Amino acid sequence: MTVWRVEVTIMPKDGVNDPQGEAVHGGLRGLEFNCVQNVRVGKIISLSLKATSADDAIDQATQMCDRLLANPVIETYSLSAARMAMASEGTGG
Amino acid sequence: MSSHPHVAVIGFPGSNGDHDAIHSLNIDVGVDATLVDYRETSLDGFDAVVLPGGFSYGDALRCGAIARFAPIMTPLKEFAEDGGWVLGICNGFQVLTEAHLLPGALLRNKTLRFHCFPCRIGVVNATWPWLSRCTEGETLTLPVAHGEGAYFVEDNTLAALESNGQVALRYLTDHERGVSTEGNKNGSVAAIAGITNRRGNVLGLMPHPERATNTLVGGTDGLRILTTLFDMGKAESKAS
Repeated sequence: MTVWRVEVTIMPKDGVNDPQGEAVHGGLRGLEFNCVQNVRVGKIISLSLKATSADDAIDQATQMCDRLLANPVIETYSLSAARMAMASEGTGG
Repeated sequence: MSSHPHVAVIGFPGSNGDHDAIHSLNIDVGVDATLVDYRETSLDGFDAVVLPGGFSYGDALRCGAIARFAPIMTPLKEFAEDGGWVLGICNGFQVLTEAHLLPGALLRNKTLRFHCFPCRIGVVNATWPWLSRCTEGETLTLPVAHGEGAYFVEDNTLAALESNGQVALRYLTDHERGVSTEGNKNGSVAAIAGITNRRGNVLGLMPHPERATNTLVGGTDGLRILTTLFDMGKAESKAS
């Protein structure tokens, strides 16, 4: 089995107030980055996990998001997977 | 129901309102409150459960997100589903939303600041068990102490909560101090300070009734809520 790096990007849903994003936007305006139209602050969770394929890695991470990592009331998430390294020998990948 | 209700106060790693709640319940309210560890797997013998304030699991990931998986949450869910009285205060409210025992979620205060001051709280619906000693429209002065108290639900859920009367408590504008400051300082949807589940046996609120049960700490309005513990038997017989 291969080890995959899955990156979970969690963002506040549209319509959910994001005071952190507004504060960062204010900071950028203070630095005269007036080109910035909107700022939203989310978080990235980086997972290293064993999976048989990229699809398998994404499937597992999707279950993790639905059960714990993201709260669907206030957040959305997106996932990406990249191959990291071979885990223990002899299991293929 | 005995005349002396047994109340479980759940202690999670990072709870900091657990001993406040136990002291208030035992000394000021006069019930029999006991600290119950989050690793326990039974609530047998308890008449009501309080989830206290604090920062369970250091608020890792989201407030209440990890506490939801603590062993005690399995019997707690059964307890709530059986109609048992459950009160979630502050972090306890956050845990109840994460556990889907109450709808919605609590977000960062819109000010990005920790709020720690007395609030004027309006009783919206006094028919629910936990508010049955209040009157509709009554104002309670209760302290808040939270960084993430902005209640959020989507519009359609909010409409359902309003029509079911589940919006129990709201922040009021601070007229009494002669200032025009909006009372809903944390940015809660519809100024919501507390909600119940559909059945009314589960109440979650951001203000701290257990920190307002003695004139020594500035007020006794918390007793208006917590003394309803003595009415549990009556409320049940009324409902059935």
